[in-house]
Amino acid sequence: MVIIGAGQAGVQVAESLRVGGYTDAITLLGDEPHPPYHRPPLSKAWLAGEIDAAQLTLRAPEALARKNITLRTGVKVSAIDTASRTVTLSDGGILAYDGLALATGATPRALAVPGANADGVLALRSRDDAGAIVRHMHRCAEKGLPVLVIGGGFIGLEVAATARKRGLAVTVLEAAPRLLGRVLAPLLSDWYAKLHTDHGVGIVFNAQLSAIDSMNGHVTAVVTSDGRRFPAGLVIVGIGVTANDSLARAAGIDCDHGIIVDACARTSVSGVVAAGDCTARRLPDGSLLRLESVQNATEQGRSAAAALLDQERSFDATPWFWSDQYDKKLQMAGLSAGADRWVVRGTLEAGTFSVFHFRSGQLIAVDSVNASKDHLLARKLLDAGVSPSTAQVEDTTFDLAGLLAQ
Amino acid sequence: MPNITYIEPSGQAVTLSLPTGWNLMQGATANGVDGILGECGGSCACATCHCYVEASRLGELSPPSEGELAMLANVASERRPNSRLACQIKVSDALEGLVITLPPTQE
Repeated sequence: MVIIGAGQAGVQVAESLRVGGYTDAITLLGDEPHPPYHRPPLSKAWLAGEIDAAQLTLRAPEALARKNITLRTGVKVSAIDTASRTVTLSDGGILAYDGLALATGATPRALAVPGANADGVLALRSRDDAGAIVRHMHRCAEKGLPVLVIGGGFIGLEVAATARKRGLAVTVLEAAPRLLGRVLAPLLSDWYAKLHTDHGVGIVFNAQLSAIDSMNGHVTAVVTSDGRRFPAGLVIVGIGVTANDSLARAAGIDCDHGIIVDACARTSVSGVVAAGDCTARRLPDGSLLRLESVQNATEQGRSAAAALLDQERSFDATPWFWSDQYDKKLQMAGLSAGADRWVVRGTLEAGTFSVFHFRSGQLIAVDSVNASKDHLLARKLLDAGVSPSTAQVEDTTFDLAGLLAQ
Repeated sequence: MPNITYIEPSGQAVTLSLPTGWNLMQGATANGVDGILGECGGSCACATCHCYVEASRLGELSPPSEGELAMLANVASERRPNSRLACQIKVSDALEGLVITLPPTQE
């Protein structure tokens, strides 16, 4: 078996193959120089300097070797031939496979404005990206330069919170009229905007970038289309990612903004599965769902390994995500798109509450802030297809867990 | 570096020397200990690093936070009085020789 990509999904495929009883060779190919590492802390504890690089280790090479998994780091794949069942490496080497798993991840979108290639304009995806951001944050601290975050999504806001922790001046430029507009209810967007402004972050909404200024190759400012100029020693670009599906597309595997997989992580080509950020999952209604999360990586990784062993293990559990900003832990269950009513359980002012999303009277998602109990309960309710009424949610004395027992 | 022993679900004992400041989830996942997932990377967000701490030494650990208690309320295997999340236990010299047992399942 050959697995392209040594992140969370790739490691999961490899280990699940072993758990599933597969005893032949497994080769795990990673294009980064590092052995597999935990990505979530990169924007949080690691960026804040609270943990060291070794603590990011997802699996040490020796731990994989003990499971007879061959890890090759710093290796790029240049082509896949699904007819001859081989992959070609960029050094010219060729690997034959019986089964192939694609866990190629995603790439941050780049800014499409003049000057965006200046030094100090950085995205956050990899450990090396995070390392570069830390170096630039030190430089900003030394020179008293502000940090500018482009995009008020999760990555941007987590980096903003961490930069504030480090005492840096931070401004967030968001193209939309609110933060996290694609995922959160408006009232929670407003709550997060206040959380950040209370911590000293400047937020500029409806910001359209026109250029990035630099001096001697290093960024000095970001200019918006209304002529405003925001000085910056570091610009963090957090405007989303695109799935790494070009290898698959070139190999004739069906892709549409991601490698198309079914619920069992199978692609359009027999013997080839895919898992994690690189995928777009076909739902029963025919639409495609892209998720970028640890849960998606591990669950699809398990399904992908099962599929390679000719078993069916579908992943259709309620999606969940989380984001840490300051001392607030946001935990999200379900997908809130299309919600027509929001009900708050708890109080926003207390900083411990959940927002329940309803569509046509049916619960579809719950976002919890410092309310892990609500979050875990929400996952159970959504998995079971049990919907409380809006009145039951509003009544904090009503035991929602009791609905599951019925 | 203090030695920590993990009892895997199979009953296999694995003893690791871990740097102080690491948490017990980091030590386990980095070294490929079976029976622990630690999917969120140590954010206390996933409850997949559930472990049982030897009861006689529970008192030596700093008590669980409210967030950890909430996550423990929904772990996949049986919750016991000595249940903790491994990502919330920091390695210190005082923990030398600690034994933690991993539950049959984390999800």
